[in-house]
Amino acid sequence: MPSTDSDGLIKEAERVMTICNACRYCEGHCAVFPAMALRIHFTAGNLRYLANLCHNCGSCFHHCQYAPPHAFDVNVPRVFADLRAETYQRYAWPAPLARLFRRNGLAAAIITAVSMVALVVLTVVVAGPALRGGHGGSFYAVLPHHLMVGLFGAVGLYVAVALAIGVIRFWRDVGAGDPVSIRLSTVVRASGDVLRLRYLGGGGGDGCTYPTEAPSQVRRRFHHLTFYGFLLCLAATTIAAIYHQLGRMAPYPLWSVPVVLGILGGVGLVTGPIGLLLLKQRSDPEPYRRSQFAMDIAFLVLLFAAAGTGFAVLCLRDTAAMAILLAVHLGVVLGLFLTLPYGKFVHALYRFAALVRYAGERSRPPPRPG
Amino acid sequence: MDSWPHSPDVLVAGGGNAALCAAITARQAGTRVLVLESAPRVFRGGNSRHTRNLRYAHPGADGIATGPYPEDEFWDDLWRVTGGRTSEALARHAIHDSVELPSWMVRHGVRFQPPLSGTLHLGRTNGFFLGGGKALVNAYYRAAEALGVEIVYDAEVQDVDLEGGRFVRARVRHHGQERQVEARVLIAAAGGFEANLPWLRESWGAAADNFIVRGTPYNQGRLLRALLDRGVMSVGDARQCHAVAVDGRAPKFDGGIVTRVDCVPFGIVVNQQAQRFYDEGEDFWPKRYAIWGRLVAAQPDQIGHVLIDAKPRGLFMPTVFPPLVAGSIRELAVGLGLSPEALEDTVQRFNASVRAGRFDPAVLDDCHTEGLDPPKTHWAVAIDRPPFSAYSLRPGITFTYLGVAVDEHARVRMADGTLSANMFAAGEIMAGNILGQGYLAGFGMTLGTVFGRIAGKEAARALHGL
Repeated sequence: MPSTDSDGLIKEAERVMTICNACRYCEGHCAVFPAMALRIHFTAGNLRYLANLCHNCGSCFHHCQYAPPHAFDVNVPRVFADLRAETYQRYAWPAPLARLFRRNGLAAAIITAVSMVALVVLTVVVAGPALRGGHGGSFYAVLPHHLMVGLFGAVGLYVAVALAIGVIRFWRDVGAGDPVSIRLSTVVRASGDVLRLRYLGGGGGDGCTYPTEAPSQVRRRFHHLTFYGFLLCLAATTIAAIYHQLGRMAPYPLWSVPVVLGILGGVGLVTGPIGLLLLKQRSDPEPYRRSQFAMDIAFLVLLFAAAGTGFAVLCLRDTAAMAILLAVHLGVVLGLFLTLPYGKFVHALYRFAALVRYAGERSRPPPRPG
Repeated sequence: MDSWPHSPDVLVAGGGNAALCAAITARQAGTRVLVLESAPRVFRGGNSRHTRNLRYAHPGADGIATGPYPEDEFWDDLWRVTGGRTSEALARHAIHDSVELPSWMVRHGVRFQPPLSGTLHLGRTNGFFLGGGKALVNAYYRAAEALGVEIVYDAEVQDVDLEGGRFVRARVRHHGQERQVEARVLIAAAGGFEANLPWLRESWGAAADNFIVRGTPYNQGRLLRALLDRGVMSVGDARQCHAVAVDGRAPKFDGGIVTRVDCVPFGIVVNQQAQRFYDEGEDFWPKRYAIWGRLVAAQPDQIGHVLIDAKPRGLFMPTVFPPLVAGSIRELAVGLGLSPEALEDTVQRFNASVRAGRFDPAVLDDCHTEGLDPPKTHWAVAIDRPPFSAYSLRPGITFTYLGVAVDEHARVRMADGTLSANMFAAGEIMAGNILGQGYLAGFGMTLGTVFGRIAGKEAARALHGL
């Protein structure tokens, strides 16, 4: 269970950053240390910003002359992982749901299970004869289009609002007393950092020290598979919705744009999470917070399950089993959506916000000493 | 325990930069190599784990350094800091070989990066390791393991058996047990003795008790002492070392880089009598930091106090320990345990002697004192804007120069002047051949890498003749 002792965490992060700022050997690894070097003292907002800039690549730990068992006990990835968990809870909206982060594996499992049951019940109620076949491979024959759009539209809107409120409050807090304006150039720069996962590169192009102390690109590659898989699946769904509006009715053939994108995305969402889960098993326990594995694993398993059930629906879409499989798939997707603001997914938004701020800080003239 | 490799061709005593360069090179020449590192794995690498750059000669900007550093300039720099206490033949050999180091290092997994903030003056002459010295050490251990070098941790060579100038076997302490290791060739790369407090006391007397050892506690110098006791020629002076001024609150061992205090050029430094004792603004800090350890060591109780006012904030690297801060010089003196009158007098005399100039930390500016002894020749600005801050400084011993004599093939010389048939040395244990006194930033790594590679190559060559 992630620690929620905010004051203790901030104090420890400040202690560690004070040591790092007097050393700076890790300046070349990532954005955290150049951002740190712009400061002499650290506010809580500064530290939450640095924590969310950290990609948890581990290079600074494996290359640290002060890493435990040294008496200075410097473990940047660990204290920042704890502080990120604190950040996610601090800015969760609505606030009472922040507790979902604390037993995230259980919370995700219950929410997803309830979503699946709800979708199956709904399907049994509304599908009628399509439940036993005769749907002609059309999903909308099982669950009417307006019902699907209404349900996922409403959930999507809620998720977007919850995420936006969290990230806006984070942005304001970390910029308190030292605001950075958002410009197109800084957003472009940060987007490039995200799309290439620049800071999982270790700074030398060899990759990060994950899962062991030998630099490797393997984590970056599996994360790319997961990230681009997720985007492709979103694109497939969106294009299918547009097709429907334009009067092109499902089911779409195998070589249609939505199906091809969906298959490609699904492959990414199956292989990426499996790879990341296997790496996690092998990761060095010192710098990586195993107590937060539940949150990571819950998200990865949900992504994998969404893709896996999606494939099952696609393969069996012309059989009688499709109706129930579709209900299960939509149940998993609903669970995934509902937990987006209360799980690992939020790291993407806070990380992006931190990178936009970093790009803004870099483009400012350096502060005059004195 | 019996899985220990017995009777390697080449026994490398030590586990830092020089040892690993030697082990890798000897292994690449087809020999069976055993590395004995006295530290446990987590603290492996000797003082190399605290380093961050390497000085090397190069004809121009090369993506690592920002401009040319010709061999002659390198030699001039070395001549100046050592005051001529060097071996020109060995030094020029090392400088010449340094040209090819970065490409060799990169081939063996080391990565470079632009110079660190606060060290821009070294950007032209030195290559900075991405992630610092521990990243370099990790890369070399990976390279050595991949090549099939055998590595044993917690294994300190405490003594050696020699026969007529030939190495026969090493006596090794491993997890508290004594073992003997025979090998056809020994490469001694086990560092100096700076962490051996009784030995420091032999050389420095009671003053040594006030020294802080910046680096690894594992550099006990036992192999060095054994070699000298068994008839190897010594070189250098036991009192000569690389020492910098560090924060007096630093841990006794292993505090490394963060304990340094960089604000000396922007303030004044006084001793326990509240008297100044050296020109704080003599030159850029990266060129002068290495003399302040010895300067402080020469003061009463081996302590100095650097004083700054509010103006230099942000001009120097942040410190790991907060300064003592006070609203007045008097209050600061009380906090430091100095005579308030004496300190006020020193600051007043300093302030009165400052001649107005154009303060610029980026150049050797014209802010200096007049009629003050010792003078402050650059960046002399009155200390008059509260709050005032102070750091107490201690000598931070970094590495020692007493070593074993070698020739340009890294071959160990016996006390009678003959060369050993099968003993070589590299790194700090032989640095005294070239560094008679003084220090150049990043030069320890140059010596370790150059002579490590030479020792590895020559060890393999010697095997054919044995």
